[in-house]
Amino acid sequence: MNKYYLNYLEQLEAEGIYIMREVAAQFEKPALLFSGGKDSITLVQLAKKAFAPGKFPFPLVHIDTGHNFKEALDYRDNLVKELGAELIVRKVEDSIRERKLTEPKGKFASRNWLQIHTLLDTIEEFKFDACIGGARRDEEKARAKERIFSVRDAFGQWEPKLQRPELWNIYNGRIHKGENVRVFPISNWTELDVWNYIRKENIPLPSIYFAHYRDVIAHEGQLVAVSDYIQIDETDVIMNKRVRYRTVGDMTCTAAVESNAETLDEVVNEIIATRISERGETRIDDKVTEAAMEDRKKGGYF
Amino acid sequence: MDILRFITAGSVDDGKSTLIGRLLFDSKSILQDQLETLEKQSKNKNADGIDLALLTDGLRAEREQGITIDVAYRYFSTPKRKFIIADAPGHVQYTRNMITGASNSNLIIILIDARLGVIEQTRRHSIIASLLRIKHIVVAINKMDMVDYGQERFNEIKSDYNKVVAQLNLQNVTYIPIAALHGDNIVEKSEKMPWFDGLPLLQFLEEVEVADDINHTDPRFQVQYVIRPQTKELHDYRGYAGEIINGVYKKGDKIKILPQDIETTITKIEIAGVEVEEAFAPQAVVLHIADDIDISRGDTFVHIDNLPKVENNIDVLLCWMDNKPLQPGNKYFLQHKSRLIRAIIQEIEYKVDVNTLEHTAVTDSVKLNEVVKARLRTAAPLVYDPFEKLDGTGSAILIDETSNSTVAAVLLS
Repeated sequence: MNKYYLNYLEQLEAEGIYIMREVAAQFEKPALLFSGGKDSITLVQLAKKAFAPGKFPFPLVHIDTGHNFKEALDYRDNLVKELGAELIVRKVEDSIRERKLTEPKGKFASRNWLQIHTLLDTIEEFKFDACIGGARRDEEKARAKERIFSVRDAFGQWEPKLQRPELWNIYNGRIHKGENVRVFPISNWTELDVWNYIRKENIPLPSIYFAHYRDVIAHEGQLVAVSDYIQIDETDVIMNKRVRYRTVGDMTCTAAVESNAETLDEVVNEIIATRISERGETRIDDKVTEAAMEDRKKGGYF
Repeated sequence: MDILRFITAGSVDDGKSTLIGRLLFDSKSILQDQLETLEKQSKNKNADGIDLALLTDGLRAEREQGITIDVAYRYFSTPKRKFIIADAPGHVQYTRNMITGASNSNLIIILIDARLGVIEQTRRHSIIASLLRIKHIVVAINKMDMVDYGQERFNEIKSDYNKVVAQLNLQNVTYIPIAALHGDNIVEKSEKMPWFDGLPLLQFLEEVEVADDINHTDPRFQVQYVIRPQTKELHDYRGYAGEIINGVYKKGDKIKILPQDIETTITKIEIAGVEVEEAFAPQAVVLHIADDIDISRGDTFVHIDNLPKVENNIDVLLCWMDNKPLQPGNKYFLQHKSRLIRAIIQEIEYKVDVNTLEHTAVTDSVKLNEVVKARLRTAAPLVYDPFEKLDGTGSAILIDETSNSTVAAVLLS
């Protein structure tokens, strides 16, 4: 075999590092959007590698819905300490109060849509010109058409028709004042690629990604953790099940899966065997309409 | 396991969506919940109970407005390879999209409807593949079921297309007769075409050698970012971060910094903070040099005995990608990897007809989807290679400095 050969994970990593460096070089005030999930953890790893041994060049920005898994918050705080990075947390709660937003009601009232307001306010407050996010094109069909450098107008809106052609690996990050760019360095990764990379790099993850016992209720075939943030009805049956999470998001709209996987190897094997997509299995919010993601993106979402 | 990036060229009528759907479906990349959604939406069901074309269905905005938003990327993998499909519409008004998709592809699948044979569109797709120097071409002759799986028809189309191959001097062309709708010669060899002795499509895609397509003989490195921690421990650390675009770099290599034209030596190579003896394309590295030289983003490091061009006046092919026509005499930004310089289009020599390759005089303005031969003058010398020699350092984009749009793909010569 060719001596100078990169396997697929090494190729994806090299591409991700290249994109991270383009962001640091092209923008005045870039930030990394950090949720505590595996995708944003992968971004942190790429950025660490891109600028080693220099210091981590981006603040981590957490748009906090208030509906967090405690394990993800603990992980976040430890990581920030270890990186010596700046952490900026802005709470959806505050946006709701200050802007007199109406909270959605219902059984799994999610603040997912309201995050947009907090995100845009945060971008405005810190004058961020680029926000690095962990979206992947395999997640969903609106994502499949988005650029790696995705220009958003002052309202944060994605305009699919006006996207710039993205040729070779030349990234045009020039913007007008008030605009900003969302950058997706792991656009070309699939869920399995992310897991395989985490395994290869042996990156620690929040404990909720591994099997643990938790009180849950079943809702339309999905297991939702019992918490103060969801409404438990009389008809709901609370069960204690051994579960893990495939994605880490807002507690109200992220479902768990039954699992006995305790190690990265076991999680990867389960992902390979699964016949249900990540968003289909774990995201309650995408089921609302077929074009839910497209709508959210146009409204300024990640 | 490595990555194969390919583009599929063809219109809906050629069965492009069906083919992509088939590859995703047969490689088991479509999961149960996605299948259930599909089954609900399917009107034109096939034997599997679904409409494969729906798998590549677009956004609501596209359906409502009857448009197609350039390139969509799809992913699937087999135990042998990870695949990235650039799914680009193939009509004439979408030349820009095909070029965009082709710019990141190792291979192109050109779809031909077996009933229609080689048509203008086939020629256009092939011309774009040859302009962008895509290294591998698969001619998938689809809808073989409509021509009774006949070998004669296959050979007829093959010999027609061979004329295109000769005209464009295409390399590495492979012909596969398929029926995407029914899965013939996609994953398994088709029993209906025992006369075909080649590999089925997916197997070919799994096995085609692409690692050797990366150039490891002409070292090219461009600085993306200068790492200077300026901490107490790393007070004098100064590393040049970037991607090795081509070739191999070793510790101790004698190099030249361009456009400064200063010689020095590589003293250290790091990857993610770990020192290595050598590094190669397309690794993301940090290089250290022996001398204290003023170096910034966009500067190029090459071996002293393997030099690129350094010029201000450059002949180029421009593929125009903006709704606003080209304004001769206007200044644009030329972005060449990480280097940004002002450029002016001095002269437009001729227009290239993407259907025939004929050269025609430019009488009107140069509009969206048109390809022209032109002469650029840059505000500072550009360090580059002709695109046909090294595509990594031979390609660039033009940016309109007032709208910030990417307005053209540039092939340097």
